[in-house]
Amino acid sequence: MTYEAVIGLEIHAQLQAGTKIFCGCSTVFGAPPNTHVCPVCLGFPGVLPVLNRSAVDLGIRAALALGCRINETSIFARKNYFYPDLPKGYQISQYEQPLASAGSVSFAMPDGPRRVGITRVHLEEDAGKSLHEGFPDSDRTTYVDFNRAGVPLIEIVTEPDLRSAADAAEFFSRLRAILVWLDVNDGNMDEGSLRCDANVSVRPAGTAALGTKAEVKNLNSFRFLQKALEFEIERQRALVGDGIRVVQETRLFDVSTGTTVSMRSKEEAHDYRYFPEPDLPPVRVSAERLAAVRERMIELPDARRQRFVAAFGLPEYDAAQLTQSRHSADFFEATVTAGAPAKTASNWIRGELARVLNDTGRSMADPPVSPTRLAELLRLVEAGTISGAIAKTVFEKMVVSADSAEAIVRRDGLTQIDDEGAIIALIADVLTRNTDAVAGYRAGKTATFGFLVGQVMKAAGGKANPKRVTELLKQALA
Amino acid sequence: MPAVFSRAEIARIAALAHLELGEHEVELFADQLGDILGYANQLQPIDTTGVPPTSSVVIEDEGERADAVVPSVDREIALANAPDASLEVGLFRVPRVIG
Repeated sequence: MTYEAVIGLEIHAQLQAGTKIFCGCSTVFGAPPNTHVCPVCLGFPGVLPVLNRSAVDLGIRAALALGCRINETSIFARKNYFYPDLPKGYQISQYEQPLASAGSVSFAMPDGPRRVGITRVHLEEDAGKSLHEGFPDSDRTTYVDFNRAGVPLIEIVTEPDLRSAADAAEFFSRLRAILVWLDVNDGNMDEGSLRCDANVSVRPAGTAALGTKAEVKNLNSFRFLQKALEFEIERQRALVGDGIRVVQETRLFDVSTGTTVSMRSKEEAHDYRYFPEPDLPPVRVSAERLAAVRERMIELPDARRQRFVAAFGLPEYDAAQLTQSRHSADFFEATVTAGAPAKTASNWIRGELARVLNDTGRSMADPPVSPTRLAELLRLVEAGTISGAIAKTVFEKMVVSADSAEAIVRRDGLTQIDDEGAIIALIADVLTRNTDAVAGYRAGKTATFGFLVGQVMKAAGGKANPKRVTELLKQALA
Repeated sequence: MPAVFSRAEIARIAALAHLELGEHEVELFADQLGDILGYANQLQPIDTTGVPPTSSVVIEDEGERADAVVPSVDREIALANAPDASLEVGLFRVPRVIG
């Protein structure tokens, strides 16, 4: 019998607000421990939470991008459990009435399209950070830093619509791209700003009932997510294949072994005793507020990719690459607006510029050359002032100086040699020095033509117009 | 009429709340919680058709706040009331919670 995997994801994304969800403490990462804390986020008695407006707006923005319905009224609830990183003894989350419901994300895999339902998007606060290792008394003591306690999060819960580890990893990567694109989340999985848990079960292929699921935690990279799911699916297939029941439990992905291990069994399963948070009024999202958030929404990656194909005639591949980040999409569009031909701009951004960024460790957020400057360079190529080969040299110089392409071309005398007489003279010289190659070409070795073009270009210091060289060389050899 | 809370229910609630109860406390709380539930049962017959559930009594005008940073408290103050903390590293300390 063949078994299919059924996977749903729960993603926690830190919202890029400047302050915590219920108090004015800063959310900046990396501060000395317990310096971004106050009586509210430390859970002191008698304090009252007050909701951060930006956190709600960012949550709405994310939910809209995921095609969700924004609920007019949503309600905060207390999720009760004890852990040292949770100072109040409960986490303020949303339970019965979340911020948003019923969305979906579509994407393409090599063997066909996928659609993943989004069950809900809700607001909640993050917990603090427990430090279990690295202190002299770590064998008996856990240290706790509450800087992260109260940082605003959204939890995104998917329907169990994913069927493979690869699909899940691709979905998570798409979701990250959308959240980063919208400035909802910084996408930094190393710092824990984006975290993923997976619910996994297996069932005989073609059946509808769900098997018993395991929840796999600690999947803080696309690769770990995929590896953990691959292992877990295989583990459950083997169990079910042998007629052994899968135990409902939480499992932790162990990066060092590539396996999942049981964290706690069902006997210890939590009863969170959710109840409505009496200290916070319901969140109301009026039609006006929703319209205001919608108005500030920018074009989403998928729409922009399609527009790049339709409006600029870019190949699908180029458009997909350019819309991987908002910075590169913006850069491309600004370059075209500044007068560069679209396809050339695309080639340069994905080629030369990407290479320079890679070599210098910079990013599209902080490019060494502005779109206007790149467009100037590409216009020089377009006008035939410089050759494509020289353009690369000019670009290198632009990267390390503030000079414009035109200034560099003028200063270094890089203007393309288009003059027929000058090129004919260069050709004559090359032909007399390469009599073997000429004889070879005349004897039918056409490949030597390319060699001779190369020699002429070399003699011209790369500055000759290659099209003119080809034409005139053909005439000279005829 | 007071509702009945079984000893098992009291034990379970106490365990979730991390409370260790003595024999007489189990009896006491069973009675007290039973009374509360009994009162809630008294209210149950009231027809509340069309009345939205009250999830909060906070005055809604309190509203939401702007996303502006307010100074946090000094770390010494934050740690002052902790049963155990390390002032040198600025961290709260609790008995080890895993493995």
